[in-house]
Amino acid sequence: MSLRVSRLFAWIWTRGILLIAGIITLIPFFWLLASSFKSNEEFFRSTFLPVEGGRIVWERLTTDPFKRLFQELNFSNSLTNSVFLSSVTGVVATLCCAMGGYSLAKFRFKGRGFCTALVLAAVLIPAPLIIAPTYQLLYRMDLLDSFAGLILPALAPAFGVFLFRQAIVSGVPNDLLEAARIDGAGEWRTFVTVVLPLVRPMIGTFLMVTFLAMWNNFIAPQVVLQDPSKFPLSVAVAELRRGYYNDYGLQMAGTIVSILPVMALFLVMQKDFVSGLTSGAVKA
Amino acid sequence: MSASVAAIPAGAPSGVGNLSGGVRSRARAGSGGRLAPWLFLSPFLACFALFTLYPLVQSVVLSMQTTFGPGATKFVGLSNFRGLMHDPLFWIALKNTAVYTLGSLLIQLPIALGLALVLETPGLRGRGWIRLLLFSPSMVGVVFAAMMFALIFEKQTGLANQGLHSLLSPLGIDWSLDFGWLQQHVMSALILASLWMYVGFNMTFFSAALQNVRKDLIEAAVVDGAGPLRRFWTVTIPAIRPVAGFVVLMSVIGSFQLFELPFIMFNNTGGPDNRALTIVLYLFQNGFETGDLGYASAIGWALAVILVVCAAFQRLTARGEEAAA
Repeated sequence: MSLRVSRLFAWIWTRGILLIAGIITLIPFFWLLASSFKSNEEFFRSTFLPVEGGRIVWERLTTDPFKRLFQELNFSNSLTNSVFLSSVTGVVATLCCAMGGYSLAKFRFKGRGFCTALVLAAVLIPAPLIIAPTYQLLYRMDLLDSFAGLILPALAPAFGVFLFRQAIVSGVPNDLLEAARIDGAGEWRTFVTVVLPLVRPMIGTFLMVTFLAMWNNFIAPQVVLQDPSKFPLSVAVAELRRGYYNDYGLQMAGTIVSILPVMALFLVMQKDFVSGLTSGAVKA
Repeated sequence: MSASVAAIPAGAPSGVGNLSGGVRSRARAGSGGRLAPWLFLSPFLACFALFTLYPLVQSVVLSMQTTFGPGATKFVGLSNFRGLMHDPLFWIALKNTAVYTLGSLLIQLPIALGLALVLETPGLRGRGWIRLLLFSPSMVGVVFAAMMFALIFEKQTGLANQGLHSLLSPLGIDWSLDFGWLQQHVMSALILASLWMYVGFNMTFFSAALQNVRKDLIEAAVVDGAGPLRRFWTVTIPAIRPVAGFVVLMSVIGSFQLFELPFIMFNNTGGPDNRALTIVLYLFQNGFETGDLGYASAIGWALAVILVVCAAFQRLTARGEEAAA
């Protein structure tokens, strides 16, 4: 076999594998999307889009599941709850972690070594271990069935402090902090105007991570909340499976509504990552 | 959550263990007073102490109690742990979780590595977009993926059976539309679903590691006349070993905490004959359905011990490799 032919084979082989992987990744998304526009009858009739005589029959699709979701089941309420919980948690947790990371990265004080070790050790604690005692604590603090009971325990992820410490150690030169001090900036002002802009890519990344973690969190809201009007999307969607077991379109539409905002955010942030990373590199 | 969270370290600036902040920052501490570092740390420390450290300590206390809901507790000593040792359901859960973990590791990681190798082929166009696409399922929450796969694995109407049926029938194999994924082949269904969710996620780590394999080493191997397979075993594999170890550990930790996928797919149960009962699912059932937070905490500690042993094992083998190298 000549070199050119074997190269051609390698080309086809690699592209073929990636094509198959891409299709397998996309098909469930596509199936989900198509099913969410179907009545139950249509769900049994066609796998993807309804086709008759080689043409897609769009009329057999319906927006009915979405209408019922928002009109009968008050899904907009769950959507609002999810947006609220995830945004508040994301912003506050990011701020807490950035402040903590800055402290451990740029100050010398008694207890710094201990706090750093604490943060490193805490990363290893498996979340399920503290579910039961946290539930009991929230009960004693009278925070069950409240948003505070969901947000407060999510505000201090130890790995976040660790990540910001690393980012600030390598991304914020001491000279700049000195210069800010000579210019008469206070501690807080230095943090906000000098440190935070320099670790912007990390802020974007961590905002996304904490936002997603709360959005996709199921076990905590499932355990803490009782009042259905407080349910975020994760619990509301799971309730669909319990209450509307045979209503496939409704379940799929609820899932689509829950996934789409996150996917959109992911696409938007992805571009931001790249430009943020490059501009940060140029500045530093 | 553990999965999406672990995505970060790879992108984070490196420099682990490099405690900086030399003479100049000592001067900073003087300027802002001794209080400044503590003020910056205080929001984190307060939340952390209240919602991580205190529950951690309390979980030890709880594990020696029997509770009836969060309010009524009774001290029972070590009998929760003794009960756990003789609890057939716990052993079923442990076995299922271990099978799932092994299945995920042995199927998922080789595919992830293979995809990463293909993705890092020189001259490939649109690499960034492909990586983004394959990574995207890991952004979907496990609950939502579970909703989707619950219907994908249905008899008759499910995508899995319909897809296999129409793909295999031209080859003369008759795949039954009544293949019972959710009835008999529970573990396969779970492993396949997690394959879809995390293979691209793991691939991303491998592909980052592959980018750091030294080109001159590969070229030297080519000059020495080593074929592609030999280059892979003698140059690539040793070079990506540290990242591979990290990915393995992360997968083990994530797999052992499997909960939402079976919980949603099997309607809040452990599946037929408890074949989808996992450790965390059993913990949830005891703590929040039966109301015994004490027994749930004991299960939590059993899980923690298993994970610590896995982490220590990974540490030891990594160290052994370093010593050998």
